[in-house]
Amino acid sequence: MATYNVHVTIENKAGISDPEGETILNDLVLKGTHKTVSKIKTAKMLKFTIKEKDKKTAQSKVQEICDDLRIYNPMVSKVTIDVFDA
Amino acid sequence: MKVGVVVFPGSNCDRDMYHVLTDVFNLDAQYYWHEKSLPKNIDAIILPGGFSYGDRLRAGVIAAHSPIIKDVQKMAKKGIPVLGVCNGFQILVESGLLPGVLLKNESLNFMCEWTNLIVENNKTPFTNQFKLREKIPIPIANGEGRYYVDDETLKELKKKNQIVFRYDEVVNGSSNRIAGVCNEDGNVVGMMPHPERAVESEINPIDNKPSSLIFESLLSKMGVSN
Repeated sequence: MATYNVHVTIENKAGISDPEGETILNDLVLKGTHKTVSKIKTAKMLKFTIKEKDKKTAQSKVQEICDDLRIYNPMVSKVTIDVFDA
Repeated sequence: MKVGVVVFPGSNCDRDMYHVLTDVFNLDAQYYWHEKSLPKNIDAIILPGGFSYGDRLRAGVIAAHSPIIKDVQKMAKKGIPVLGVCNGFQILVESGLLPGVLLKNESLNFMCEWTNLIVENNKTPFTNQFKLREKIPIPIANGEGRYYVDDETLKELKKKNQIVFRYDEVVNGSSNRIAGVCNEDGNVVGMMPHPERAVESEINPIDNKPSSLIFESLLSKMGVSN
């Protein structure tokens, strides 16, 4: 068994409005001198520390947890799962 | 008639609801802590407003995993009237008892104000005393109150008459201005506004009668006269 850090990023699916990201873009970033930025999306990240036999198992276990416990709402959100060696 | 008021850690409208049920409508109400089970002889269940688990992760999602929710699901299936108000509505949605999801208000603000609802379905246990399209002046108090469903689900909701309340005007960016929905059978109703804060003339500057009809509908459904 090895220890892995698993990062779960929860963000809105395409087409679901993200008023916080739009406000950060329009009322902060674009009001400065950073005119090259075209989009900002907010997301929530959960960082799991988990002991599993390999990276792949760590990934699938965390995916299973996210699905079973509705860590994200599949109607409006999606998750991206990234696994790192601890 | 026995009404169960389910209490979660962070519920804060449970006592307002209990007061209205007992002192205003003379009902036999009981609090039920979320870790307990519900008795079999209960006639209606209310999930009150508040901030269960401090809205952590997402409003209502952690409470939706509480042991008592299994009982609420069983009883809902049997046709027992269930009402979720505000956080109670969020919990019903997150536990799969009602369709859709409640997102942060478009303004990102916590909105605490009076609004007007339009009754779109007067066949539920909580709306049977209303005329269709009747207006209800009622307060909202939420940060995550923007009801969202995709276009396909919205069509289904319309077809199956599951839209119970709509806002009279755009309030928070909800799909189709939806403020409350029911399940397909109509016995489970969720709404973001707070009827328990609007049924007494002392605290309702506009008109307390329409909100009272939500509770009178339940009495009528149960064959109880107030």
